[in-house]
Amino acid sequence: MVDASTANSQENVADAFLQGGASLRNAAGPYFGSYGGRWMPESLIAALDEVEDTFEKAKADPGFLAQLKDLNKNYSGRPSLLTEAKRFSEHAGGARIFLKREDLNHTGSHKINNVLGQALLAKRMGKTRVIAETGAGQHGVASATAAALLGLECVVYMGAEDCRRQALNVARMQLLGATVVPVTNGSQTLKDAINDALRDWVSNVDNTHYLLGTAAGAHPFPAMVRFFHEVIGEEARAQILEQTGKLPDAICACIGGGSNAIGLFHSFLDDASVKIYGFEAGGDGVETGRHAAAITLGRPGVLHGARSYLMQDEDGQTIESHSISAGLDYPSVGPEHSYLADIGRVTYEPITDTEAMDAFRLLCRTEGIIPAIESSHALAGAIKVGKQLTAGKENPADTIIIVNLSGRGDKDVETAAAWFDMLDEDGNVKGTTLSTRKPKGPSERSNLEISTEDASEDQN
Amino acid sequence: MTEQMTSKSAAAIDRAKAQGRAALIGYLPAGYPDVQSSIDAGIAMARNGADLIEIGIPYSDPVMDGAVIQAATTEAIANGFRVASVFDVVAGITAATDAAVLVMTYWNPVMRMGVDEFSRRLAEAGGAGLITPDLIPDEAAEWFAASDKYGLDRVFLVAPSSTPERLAMTVEASRGFVYAVSIMGVTGARQSVSSAAEKVVADTHAAGAERVCVGLGVSTADHVREIAAYADGVIVGTALVAAIRDGGVDAVAQLTKNLSAGLGRAAAPAQNTAPAQNTAQA
Repeated sequence: MVDASTANSQENVADAFLQGGASLRNAAGPYFGSYGGRWMPESLIAALDEVEDTFEKAKADPGFLAQLKDLNKNYSGRPSLLTEAKRFSEHAGGARIFLKREDLNHTGSHKINNVLGQALLAKRMGKTRVIAETGAGQHGVASATAAALLGLECVVYMGAEDCRRQALNVARMQLLGATVVPVTNGSQTLKDAINDALRDWVSNVDNTHYLLGTAAGAHPFPAMVRFFHEVIGEEARAQILEQTGKLPDAICACIGGGSNAIGLFHSFLDDASVKIYGFEAGGDGVETGRHAAAITLGRPGVLHGARSYLMQDEDGQTIESHSISAGLDYPSVGPEHSYLADIGRVTYEPITDTEAMDAFRLLCRTEGIIPAIESSHALAGAIKVGKQLTAGKENPADTIIIVNLSGRGDKDVETAAAWFDMLDEDGNVKGTTLSTRKPKGPSERSNLEISTEDASEDQN
Repeated sequence: MTEQMTSKSAAAIDRAKAQGRAALIGYLPAGYPDVQSSIDAGIAMARNGADLIEIGIPYSDPVMDGAVIQAATTEAIANGFRVASVFDVVAGITAATDAAVLVMTYWNPVMRMGVDEFSRRLAEAGGAGLITPDLIPDEAAEWFAASDKYGLDRVFLVAPSSTPERLAMTVEASRGFVYAVSIMGVTGARQSVSSAAEKVVADTHAAGAERVCVGLGVSTADHVREIAAYADGVIVGTALVAAIRDGGVDAVAQLTKNLSAGLGRAAAPAQNTAPAQNTAQA
């Protein structure tokens, strides 16, 4: 777990790179060490080449960068705040915890950074249609938003299981004019939504851009998605220097595919004194097998176009992941994270559903901020890191930690209400007649299942 | 294409060519509905006009497959299919027929077993080589080494979207034949064969390929006839999977016979039944 030896080895790794004149920043792909690449059907290679070419030109085009900056500022509301969480910090050994407030962006998460960038690229390529996958719904909502803003048709693939968990976000996407397609294959979660999005892309590649939502997949997606999220770390680095006069001792983010994490990490990769932590979804506990901790317990394999750590069985079949958080429920991880794990620059650890939900409630009650359950994994991790880094220290407040609060928790209110036993057996908030779901069912579980059927009927 | 002399697939296609026709390649997934049926169905295809047999490995994330093949392979996995059984299927078919037997697989199961180990066992089973829908030559260094070591065919795919540079590179990397995807899409029966197919075949021949076979969306004897006019082989998948699903091994035998009529050899028997015709168009 979080211990001094891993923290020290992180410092040594970063030092070794810097002293060798190398940098861990701006890795261009397609490979990150032995990870990444393009394990994709030939049919899609021309499209990937087109995306790569368009992206490389745009990155060097001051006009494109100015357009993106303008949207980030005047549409998304960047820069997002860096908020010190003083009461929450008391529970983390007294280390000073700062929250990078991606939850305050338009649409409520970091996802908007990437979709605005990619939607602009779609326009540059002359595409009229974007498709996206979504787990928690945040990327789907962000994609639908960018598509509405830029006048693009939008189709979002979402696992039927996730549609049930995130019915509110399904409605949001539909309000924004997107078509939501419930995916009933396989585990009916994020990985299966990506499969169906890829099938759509290969069939409609002439007019369609696949707006992949995380820093995974085939080249150039990992490097490109990171580029659009680098603004998170750039802002956080400047803000922490301004507010405290020094770099943080540690930074923390949650990892599903890993886009919010790589966006925060990137600016700090070459700062040897900054310890970096990624927190995977430990589900019911990694020992139960019901988790989504690809780096912790996976082994390298290829899925969705990239070689990376992957939850797979002895036959190379993908193992279904489990997490209370739909956004982290993915059996692999972005390839740059696999590389950073192998070289020891970033420490990756699992956080259980219970630990995440405890941190969720703690932030609600100490700071008046309802975090996404995804981000709650980072908060839970930060509590552990804070306790470890301040252990035996005379002035724990000298220790500074940044947590990427990647999204807000409005979408998770129903899940949280069920988790904290706030609902009666009819699915009403206890002591009221306010139902979180309808129609009512005899138990929470069957109640939710009935809701799924309703949702799919609406979409047909 | 390299080292054609040792290629079982090339030899099978050339035997058809010597008879003045294109080759018929039939696909079925291993373990659907069970391993023994796969062997029986493979033998039935070979005895009813298929020159090459393509055995698919059921995989959890088959991004190039449409609904029919997805449903079949998902069921095979649910029935307990294990990847190593594919070698039993290959050995069972090669022991009973002269057909060249290729394995069609997404790459992760091969990686998981180890590319060298997988190749060794495939060669031992008498397999001809691999068709790799999500492996491009750019990522295939390990596969080049293993396929050379064990004398296996490397069938890579080309698509209507492939650039001239990629066509040339893929042709150079392939052994046995080149698999031309007829359409931008996933597997599945379609009403007609895309007009893009003929151009892909012509371009692939022009890039130096001696043998180009066409797959995706080919489901009827008419489709076969149309493609056989310009390609070296015709690949049928989804229609055969629907046949084994609906009518078992007998339906596979009947459909293969119907399809092979499209190749221009001896007409299929007159007792071809209406249900089988329907299956062919499913």
